[in-house]
Amino acid sequence: MEKNQKVGPSSYSEPLVDNPALVTFFIRHLNFWYGDFNALTDVSLDVRKHAITAFIGPSGCGKSTFLRCLNRMNDLIAGTKVEGTVLFDQADIYGQGVDPVDLRRRVGMIFQQPNPFPQSIYDNVAYGPRLQGIKNKAELDAIVEKSLDKANLWKEVKDILNKNGLALSGGQQQRLCIARVLAVQPEVILMDEPCSAIDPTSVQKIEDLMHEIQDQVTIIIVTHNMQQAARVSDYTSFFLQEVAGEPAILVESGPTSDIFTNPIDQRTEDYITGRFG
Amino acid sequence: MSDPTNEYTDWEEFEDGTLTEEEVELADDRWADAEIEDSARSIDETGDEKRNVVAELMRERAAKAQSRADDDTVDKMIGIVDGEAPVGIDDGIDLAAGAGAGKLQLVTRQTQIKEFVLASVFFLCAIVAVLGVALIFAFVAYKAFPIFTEVGFGNFITGTEWSGTEGKFGIVPFIVGSFVVTLGALAIGAPLAVMTAVFLSELASKKIRSFVRPAVELLAGIPSVVYGFFGVVVIAPIVSRLFGGVGFGPLTAWIILSIMIVPTIATLTEDALDSIPMGIREASFAMGANQWQTIYKVVLPAAKLGIIDAVILGMGRAIGETMAVLMVVGNAPQLFAGITRPISTLTSQIVLDMGYATGTQRTALFGMAAILFIISMSLVLTVRLLSRFGQEMSG
Ligand SMILES: Nc1ncnc2c1ncn2[C@@H]1O[C@H](COP(=O)(O)OP(=O)(O)O)[C@@H](O)[C@H]1O
Ligand SMILES: [Mg+2]
Repeated sequence: MEKNQKVGPSSYSEPLVDNPALVTFFIRHLNFWYGDFNALTDVSLDVRKHAITAFIGPSGCGKSTFLRCLNRMNDLIAGTKVEGTVLFDQADIYGQGVDPVDLRRRVGMIFQQPNPFPQSIYDNVAYGPRLQGIKNKAELDAIVEKSLDKANLWKEVKDILNKNGLALSGGQQQRLCIARVLAVQPEVILMDEPCSAIDPTSVQKIEDLMHEIQDQVTIIIVTHNMQQAARVSDYTSFFLQEVAGEPAILVESGPTSDIFTNPIDQRTEDYITGRFG
Repeated sequence: MSDPTNEYTDWEEFEDGTLTEEEVELADDRWADAEIEDSARSIDETGDEKRNVVAELMRERAAKAQSRADDDTVDKMIGIVDGEAPVGIDDGIDLAAGAGAGKLQLVTRQTQIKEFVLASVFFLCAIVAVLGVALIFAFVAYKAFPIFTEVGFGNFITGTEWSGTEGKFGIVPFIVGSFVVTLGALAIGAPLAVMTAVFLSELASKKIRSFVRPAVELLAGIPSVVYGFFGVVVIAPIVSRLFGGVGFGPLTAWIILSIMIVPTIATLTEDALDSIPMGIREASFAMGANQWQTIYKVVLPAAKLGIIDAVILGMGRAIGETMAVLMVVGNAPQLFAGITRPISTLTSQIVLDMGYATGTQRTALFGMAAILFIISMSLVLTVRLLSRFGQEMSG
């Protein structure tokens, strides 16, 4: 892998990982359009395996857009266009003939608004395994329990598995969504501001579980809560749209401690210290 | 709705689902802004605050990792949980209190009266519908009542022979006929309509939708006599050629009626599908489901109640449809004996006989109307109860 390549159009260059096996997503010169609107330009980044990476930046700077490029969720929006390279586990996800459905099975996603299906808690978690053809009740039971347990929700719901998922509190719903994703054993989980609409206790439990599952999955989390980024992540990337209507850029990436204590780019410094947002 | 940054209660409202997504987003932004402002303020005050804050966070993180390793987790972290509380919210309350203190406007008498009048008008409109149903039923039942003494309730609803000249007034053939025609039309029309709605709401591109949807809606605007005419001229000969018989009978009625109920069911089903939050479709796709799995396993189950409602209304339309059925069903007062053998329904028989019937026969027609009324009412109630039961089972 190229060594001294610039990461993003900033002066800061994160040393690139030598061993490609340690990189989950290898992204180079990514451009993204919603119709005519160029939302992101020239984003380059290495996302490390089994690390927690945080994307920070002001509202509307393309964090969600970028995240959704990584599991091709943007394919579902008509008129979008991607240019550049995104390698997942060294395979080009925008390559010819690549099945986005299979990609999404391996790269799970958690959304800002908890979105459980209006079905029982059990059926929510069993959804993915059933899609994969698992029918055996005992096997499903085991997966459901294990996934809910990993999502720090099992204790709260083990007696109400037949209740509708929508009957849970917002924070519980979000953990249910995490359990639902964990049930298909994804290699990566993309989280788009998973904690911004839920109660503090659940936030705590989600941050805990992120660390607990870190050795099994790579996690990328978008957050506009900088304390959260600092608390949970190993690496941080700062996105910024400097002029409205112009494409956003990736200003700076690096280990979280560096980004928060010794940012190289003045704009990162300004954002961290709250001078614009 | 009130300023989302003002109170915690807004967040509770969101939990209840009374806040819209936009409002939540707005609240989010303000929350984030407030947080940023707040940290900026403290940094401006003491220059090195930022480093301290971050160092603090780092320490917290290290401590957390440590405590996780120690395998005793939750209690120690309550402090961090508290730190997560939105910083800007207290300020919001202060501002609000400062601005309006002691100067709240009272509701004027005028407003009270206006609101009362408005409420009454709306109440009256609602009452008209209920009264209408009650009055019509009372009228029909009153006119029908003599049949129960003249023919006898039992003879009337269990008799299988209908002949005005012989004084036989058994309506079983018509009840059976109505059910056969309605259920058959539903069996063909409901899947057709639901699939049309799924196509329009989930699959069709904007362009295709822009001419398919008006076409479906236009079906509802065609007068039923035109459908009947189409049945007589086009469908009946085809049925006759393919299945034998005269071409007038249940099969022809099913084909015509199933097309007639498509717009009702399709439009309402489409509304039901459109009201399903985009988020659960996204969730399904993000789980690695394909379009069909998403439709079949997530979208349709979620819209189940709306679709059942749509089918009920379609059923109501089918069982009450008169003119088109009258023109194609054959109008023979005999029991259903095959899909090409002419039969008659409650509605078509009433219309056929109403012009000349007198005395007991006329009364019998009112009796049939009353029975029809009761049948459609109980259909609606049954399906509603079933769907509520189904909802409780799954919820
Ligand atoms: N579906 C869409 N169609 C058109 N523009 C969009 C769409 N989604 C987002 N955008 C625009 O793209 C930019 C980045 O949005 P987003 O990725 O949601 O930002 P963030 O997640 O950082 O708040 C914004 O200017 C937004 O208005
Ligand atoms: Mg976003």
